Amino acid sequence: MTIIGFFFISMGVVAFLISAIGLLRMPDVYTRMHVGAKSPTVGTLFVIIGTIFIEPAWALKLILLATFILLTNPLSSSVIARASHKSGMRLQDDDCVDALNRSKEESK
Amino acid sequence: MFEAVVMVLLFSMFLILIRFLKGPTLSDRVVAFDALSVISVSVLVILALYFERSIYLDVALVFGVIGFLGTTIFGRFIEKGI
Repeated sequence: MTIIGFFFISMGVVAFLISAIGLLRMPDVYTRMHVGAKSPTVGTLFVIIGTIFIEPAWALKLILLATFILLTNPLSSSVIARASHKSGMRLQDDDCVDALNRSKEESK
Repeated sequence: MFEAVVMVLLFSMFLILIRFLKGPTLSDRVVAFDALSVISVSVLVILALYFERSIYLDVALVFGVIGFLGTTIFGRFIEKGI
């Protein structure tokens, strides 16, 4: 049980490392948001699953914590994306399609 | 085993802290802050596992709530100002 738990915890920590490297390497706010919101969520879920395998008595609190992380983290990243788009930050490439900007212009 | 896990965690927190200090705009810093607060939750879970005390899980839950509120309030600050 302990070995399985540490395997899951190691997978979560590797997800954190990928997230950190991506935050340094990505060129744009929105791509940084993509890598800085999703992979820490996955890493925290893996760490919590591994902790459930090591200490099964704490399962209730840990499942509560995992549910909370899974509900609130996409919400907060969505709030940041909406706020930075409204404050006038544009995408990196000129070629790509900005659908939110286009729908705003059509509604005018 | 704990030492290797904590070393990799501290290294990734250090890399995110570089982005937090360097980030060109305010949104980059807020994204880095969000990632740091989520990673701190799992640091607290590993700390509870190391000291074998389940009281740290309550601290992790409260820290998750506070981090979510902080990120949301920063989003409002980017959008409208104070």
